[in-house]
Amino acid sequence: MTVSPAYPKVQTAPGQPAPRRRRLGRKLAPWLFLAPGALMFLVYVIIPIVESMWISFYQWDGMSAKVWVGISNYLELLDDDAFYTSLKNNIIWLVLYMLAIPFGLLIALFLNQSVRGIRLYKSLFFFPFVISQVVVGLIFSWFYAPGFGLFFELTKWLDGTGIALLANPNTVTYGIIAAGLWPQIAYCMILYLTGLNSVAPDQIEAARLDGAKGIKMLWYVVLPQLRPATFIALVVTVIGALRSFDLVSIMTSGGPFGSSRVLSYYMYEQALSEYGYRMGYGAAIAVVLFAIMMIFISGFIWKMWRDERGL
Amino acid sequence: MNILKTTALAALMGALAFPAFAEQRTLTFNTDASDPAPKAAFEALVKGFEAKYPDVHVVVNTFDHEGYKTAMRNFLSADPPDVMTWYSGNRMLPFVKSGQFMDISDVYADNNLKEQLASALKAVSSDGKEYGVPYSYYQWGIYYNKDVYKKAGVEVPKTWDQFIENCKKFKAIGVECLTTGTKALWPAAGIFDYLDLRQNGYEFHMKLTNGEIPWTDPRVKDVFAQWKKVLPYTTSNAAAIDWQDAASNLVQGKAANYVMGNFAVATFKEGGMTDATLGFMDFPEINPDIPRAEEAPTESMHIPSGAKNVADAKKFMAYVASPEVQTQMNDILGQLPVNKNSTVADDPYLQAGFKILSTAPGGISQFFDRDAPAQMAKAGMEGFQEFMAYPDHLDQILDRLEKIRKRVYKN
Repeated sequence: MTVSPAYPKVQTAPGQPAPRRRRLGRKLAPWLFLAPGALMFLVYVIIPIVESMWISFYQWDGMSAKVWVGISNYLELLDDDAFYTSLKNNIIWLVLYMLAIPFGLLIALFLNQSVRGIRLYKSLFFFPFVISQVVVGLIFSWFYAPGFGLFFELTKWLDGTGIALLANPNTVTYGIIAAGLWPQIAYCMILYLTGLNSVAPDQIEAARLDGAKGIKMLWYVVLPQLRPATFIALVVTVIGALRSFDLVSIMTSGGPFGSSRVLSYYMYEQALSEYGYRMGYGAAIAVVLFAIMMIFISGFIWKMWRDERGL
Repeated sequence: MNILKTTALAALMGALAFPAFAEQRTLTFNTDASDPAPKAAFEALVKGFEAKYPDVHVVVNTFDHEGYKTAMRNFLSADPPDVMTWYSGNRMLPFVKSGQFMDISDVYADNNLKEQLASALKAVSSDGKEYGVPYSYYQWGIYYNKDVYKKAGVEVPKTWDQFIENCKKFKAIGVECLTTGTKALWPAAGIFDYLDLRQNGYEFHMKLTNGEIPWTDPRVKDVFAQWKKVLPYTTSNAAAIDWQDAASNLVQGKAANYVMGNFAVATFKEGGMTDATLGFMDFPEINPDIPRAEEAPTESMHIPSGAKNVADAKKFMAYVASPEVQTQMNDILGQLPVNKNSTVADDPYLQAGFKILSTAPGGISQFFDRDAPAQMAKAGMEGFQEFMAYPDHLDQILDRLEKIRKRVYKN
């Protein structure tokens, strides 16, 4: 903590040590201010994480007594086809969700111009992010629905039989990701749009005088200035991909025959759904998901820490 | 919101209407009867009970279906009601085993219910004790479009082979023989249950759902072989279709048959079908040596172990079990009363259902996801869904189910 320059000088003469009470107060103040947040974080984040890990060593249906089973939940995971399906789908989600970043940038660049009614266009592009994921899921499942969906009718017109994207285990995950990308692109777009506002016009001017334009201008002049926006876009997209749950739940409930499950949905199915109530097993899945998230989270924190140090 | 409103309203009405009964006892009743018909049936039930026992005031908390399944685990431990609705069979067992539901054998003994509720007694018993009162059930079977049958010029089949023969004729006029939508998984289980009941019989089916027979048994494979015969004539992409959307196939005459429970009649009729166009038949015979068994999921009421007003809760149970009350409730529900002295509503589908259920020599199963424990049920239904799309995967599916069977029934 640095002493604010507006600190009233009258109370202590310069050079004289501050009274003990104030020194103590100064040490204590940051902790007091942090306390409410830290307490919340402890109660609602740290303790549940530890508890989940603890529960993952038990067999428990949520009602009867817990039975200690050691690591057998984890051993069972290793031999569980559904777990590997979920893991694979999570990786597909992670990779394909990254498309939201370049697409978002593209649309942001396209919208970053001053023509009549640009605000309206911007808000239209931002619209999918505003509506609930549940609505997005419903719209897309109707879009794909065999029998009456637009996508199905289009493919029927092309190949005669029609493609029911959500009924095929090989295509279902891609169908859901496409639905997820729609709002995610809008999110990245808005991040880039605000980022573009802070691009220094004099640098653009200078680059233009030096003859840079098009892709080169974008790559060497604009993008470096958008780094903070890219970083945030990356963070929200990774988190969005890993916690993909609502769309899977709305569009397929993990089906057909469990082929579109992701870890978060599988955890929910095992621990909390109608056919589940295996708290221990669900907790074990949660711990695995947490471990995967930790890889990314530590990466992000490390980067932020480095940036703050100015390395 | 709903709970709050109901409770507040009930409290308000109680305060206004019966200021004299200051020492009135309350009975809390939690239910997931949030659809119009069940809601009306329970309102009538509560009204009748309060009229008979004026010193008891019933507070009804209505939950929505899906929310109830989660909420019950919370309210059972935190604030148990005196009476609650739930489902019988294996859905009830976890709560019995963990001591959450009260043994109400004395209600059965005092009111001679064992005899009156005999048809669903097994579904609410465990180790020879009763844990709930079944108040309603409904048959499963095949609903068909009579117009389409006329157009194809075929008769209602008696055997599975005739059914498949009919399918070829339906295909010739561009109609799907069998429709279903398995997005929610359970509709596929109805088909499997009936095929297994007809192919191997009730005893086998119960052993299978009880984990006593391996999924890789050749007799299980026979069931899927029968199923495979109808797959070319079944709605494609069933896995992506909701059961209601498949119902519209039947309504619009795009499909001829639908294996469903009687609750679907309301959906068919909303779509415009009438008693003149909607037909019901018992699932056709496969193996003539097997005594005919049927499928009828049972709905039941239970007293949580933590109930505060046990005496009145037991009165309520006896009241629900009585023949007159079951007649009245099921008239509104559009389902079948369990008490054998009740009368069945004057409805062709209910009458047909009552006839096949009351004469079934083989036995009455609940439903795959109530006969098998939760985990096995889920995996099984996913397997059925996969089989319908990829019949070649059968061996893999059965190996997977067998692996899960060995784990699930271990303890």
